[in-house]
Amino acid sequence: MELYVHIPFCVQKCKYCDFLSGNYDVKLREKYTYALISEIESYKDRFKNETITSIYVGGGTPTFLEVVFMQRIFDAIYQNFHVDENAEISMECNPGTGSLEAFKIYRHMGVNRLSIGLQSANDDELELLGRVHDFEKFETTYREARLAGFENINVDIMTGLPYQTWNKLSNTIKKVTYLKPEHISCYSLILEEGTEFYERFKEDLELREKDLDTVALPDSDMEYELYKRAQSLLEEKGYHQYEISNYAKEGMECKHNIGYWKRVPYLGVGLGAASLIDEVRYTNEGDLCTYIELCEKDESPRIEEIELSKRDAMSEYMYLGFRMNSGIVRQEFFDEFQLRVEAVFGKQIKQFEKEGLVKTAEGRIFLTEKGMDVSNRVMAEFLLD
Amino acid sequence: MAIDQSKIRNFCIVAHIDHGKSTLADRLIERTGLLTEREMQSQVLDNMDLERERGITIKSQAVRLIYKASDGEEYILNLIDTPGHVDFNYEVSRSLAACDGAILVVDAAQGIEAQTLANVYLALDHDLEVLPVINKIDLPSAQPQRVIEEIEDVIGLPAEDAPQISAKTGLNIDSVLEKIIEELPAPEGDPTAPLQALIFDSLYDSYVGVIVFCRVKEGTMKAGDKVKMMATGAEFDIVEVGYFGAGQFIPCDELSAGMVGYMTASIKNVRDTRVGDTITSATNPCSEALPGYKKVNPMVYCGMYPADGAKYPDLRDALEKLQLNDAALQYEPETSIALGFGFRCGFLGLLHLDVIQERLEREYNLDLVTTAPGVVYRVYKTDGEMIELTNPSNLPDPSEIDYMEEPMVDAEIMVTKDYIGAIMDLCQERRGIYVSMEYMEESRALLKYVLPLNEIIYDFFDALKSRSRGYASFDYEMKGYERSELVKLDILINHEMVDALSFIVFKDTAYERGRKMCEKLKQEIPRHLFEIPIQAAVGSKIIARETVKAMRKDVLAKCYGGDISRKKKLLEKQKEGKKRMRQVGNVEIPQEAFMSVLKLDED
Repeated sequence: MELYVHIPFCVQKCKYCDFLSGNYDVKLREKYTYALISEIESYKDRFKNETITSIYVGGGTPTFLEVVFMQRIFDAIYQNFHVDENAEISMECNPGTGSLEAFKIYRHMGVNRLSIGLQSANDDELELLGRVHDFEKFETTYREARLAGFENINVDIMTGLPYQTWNKLSNTIKKVTYLKPEHISCYSLILEEGTEFYERFKEDLELREKDLDTVALPDSDMEYELYKRAQSLLEEKGYHQYEISNYAKEGMECKHNIGYWKRVPYLGVGLGAASLIDEVRYTNEGDLCTYIELCEKDESPRIEEIELSKRDAMSEYMYLGFRMNSGIVRQEFFDEFQLRVEAVFGKQIKQFEKEGLVKTAEGRIFLTEKGMDVSNRVMAEFLLD
Repeated sequence: MAIDQSKIRNFCIVAHIDHGKSTLADRLIERTGLLTEREMQSQVLDNMDLERERGITIKSQAVRLIYKASDGEEYILNLIDTPGHVDFNYEVSRSLAACDGAILVVDAAQGIEAQTLANVYLALDHDLEVLPVINKIDLPSAQPQRVIEEIEDVIGLPAEDAPQISAKTGLNIDSVLEKIIEELPAPEGDPTAPLQALIFDSLYDSYVGVIVFCRVKEGTMKAGDKVKMMATGAEFDIVEVGYFGAGQFIPCDELSAGMVGYMTASIKNVRDTRVGDTITSATNPCSEALPGYKKVNPMVYCGMYPADGAKYPDLRDALEKLQLNDAALQYEPETSIALGFGFRCGFLGLLHLDVIQERLEREYNLDLVTTAPGVVYRVYKTDGEMIELTNPSNLPDPSEIDYMEEPMVDAEIMVTKDYIGAIMDLCQERRGIYVSMEYMEESRALLKYVLPLNEIIYDFFDALKSRSRGYASFDYEMKGYERSELVKLDILINHEMVDALSFIVFKDTAYERGRKMCEKLKQEIPRHLFEIPIQAAVGSKIIARETVKAMRKDVLAKCYGGDISRKKKLLEKQKEGKKRMRQVGNVEIPQEAFMSVLKLDED
């Protein structure tokens, strides 16, 4: 089983961010810590026979939380769960938060993988995004992480930013790869409703959807070119794409994330966290005060519970599996569901193979490069009614 | 009990739209005590929601008022409210035929407008006594003296003594009532003569069948009488006769010459009781029918399809029900390759189409896709045959066509001086032929044009309003058919013709319309995984082309904390969106695309 821990705190909210996060005062951060701990404790008996194979502390900015609070959370995890000694333990971090001392303490807690949100190596872009750091600050954070002993570091970057040019993107990739992180996540900017960016660029977004000229956002051709450019530059530097948005040096893929795509059961704790346990998908309360209240009263913070039928599970297996370049293994599908994958999805597979979007080889079914580019279109067809 | 004919007044109110016709009617009803003020819902006679909202009268309505005049006598006033819009001209004219007099309401600020004139001429055609009333004198911009002069100059009616009222505040309403008694004639007719009654409207009620609204001209009708509809030949036994209360039917013993009322006779279908037809006795028929009956033919056609194909039976039922009350609505099933099963529907005009469409959507909760409205063209084939074309898809091969004709209208546009140029330009663009221009007074003119009907059915009215800042008013009348150079414009999407997008267009404007349609469709059709050419063609010649580029990237990047539910919702939305699309070949076309081409002139 995998474990996800959500820390909803940030120095300030970025302009494109629609995750559950924000800057709250230290009192609230403390209250949250204890609420989270009581949620963790509540699962002690339920999962006493499980082994945690990976932990992912995400946010928000986990490194913005006071180190003492983080220490307590980790203490609770170790006291209530059995964590495998080789478990991959990742923590997200934003430049400008954390320090050499803090990183050393995280290492002591068992954290062995650090994921740094850089997004861009160009200061003008960082300012536009509403990031609190510049590139220099990132370099410092990166150096301190290495000094503290992190041997597995991920750096997040983005394509499709407003006003982004080839040169700006190339510059970001050049500067990041120069530092030789083990892993790079490269996301396309998605304008989510309710964010400052959405309001600011929604006219452009409409223009782009109608295939008209845009003002700030790259138009649809440019957006595609930037995404493909990032792909080829990263491959050139020895980072192979193993998932839609993830690139890694050989053997350094993120085990925790792969778990999501392979439908390994996971427990999510904290504000708005999601879980998959015994073919049920749970979602936690998303309002901070309500979450704390529920935990303080020893009530379950879960507010949504979706039981997956076998058909749901098979659909998920396909569209999550397709996120990975290696796709799904036919034999594994059969072992899981006692059905041949062609018996369930034969029609879709055949059609997409004909269109050159899906390929079957060596017992695997996977998206071609072209299929990966339009993966939403392909995946939607694998939903079963 | 016989009613003294001299104590009856049958009248209607005519006015340009918005000059206060329905408000005056309300005030008369209130003043005669038929309803107390508390019972009054604003605009009693417009009882459809749609009528109230749009401030228009769609169906004729009638109401009987009892008024005790200053001479001490009680009078029966039958007020017949008429639809105000040109689409319903035929119904207006039937309603007028049921009256002996008309109140002409003129807005004290606006003065005479195009429809004021059209309605007055219509009333005079029916030999009605016209009583002018000047309304809205409470408005700061009111100029009653100017309007009086205008009425005298333009229409030639003495207006010096016209009541100056405010229907809104109730000012001088009594003077209107007194004038009705003094100036409008009492009906004539012999109660003992063979029955002759004019149908001016009908209404379908699911309990009693069709309720026929009629004006008895000669003779008497009562329950038990066997009657015959002279045009349709249908015979019925009268079940009930009565008159109109406010929003209710009040039975009485008999209706005699001069009276306005209703009758029921377990009639199942409004088509048997056509507006304009004459009711007579089956046993003692009158020698001839009252003049004026004509079959109304739809002028405008369009295809109506349910957005959800499974709702086809619902649409059929709804149209059937609407037709019960609206004999002018015609429909027949048709099939489109792109839109599936639907109906080709015929309407009196664009407003009629609009009203029906809105009623289907509102009252019957249907989601509709409509195709571009078209008129009835006459196609003369080389073999001598003539076909009336209501569906562009049925146009014969050009080699079989000798020539074609399109319907024309006589249009009257009233416009203030400043916008004459703009309106003339508009008429020019719409292939209008200038007939004349008369100045009504220094600042306003009446423009007359002959226009092709197909140029005014889309958005002419909107264009008129926007180019005149709302100061132009417009009325038209059918003129007949004229020979014209017409072609069928086809749209091909990914090399497949989309039948629902074809339409007939004047040859010289085909290129421009084709280009605009391609541009519009390009914006409406989502990217597919392949490139989609959109072409406009006349015959085998491509006259315009646009391309929807292939979708090259569609990925969902971040999946935070394993929040799969959210991702799934996104994929479901994508799949759901596809369901609402229409498949043509291997291209999915959103329903909005079919409607968007109706609004080509917006930009």
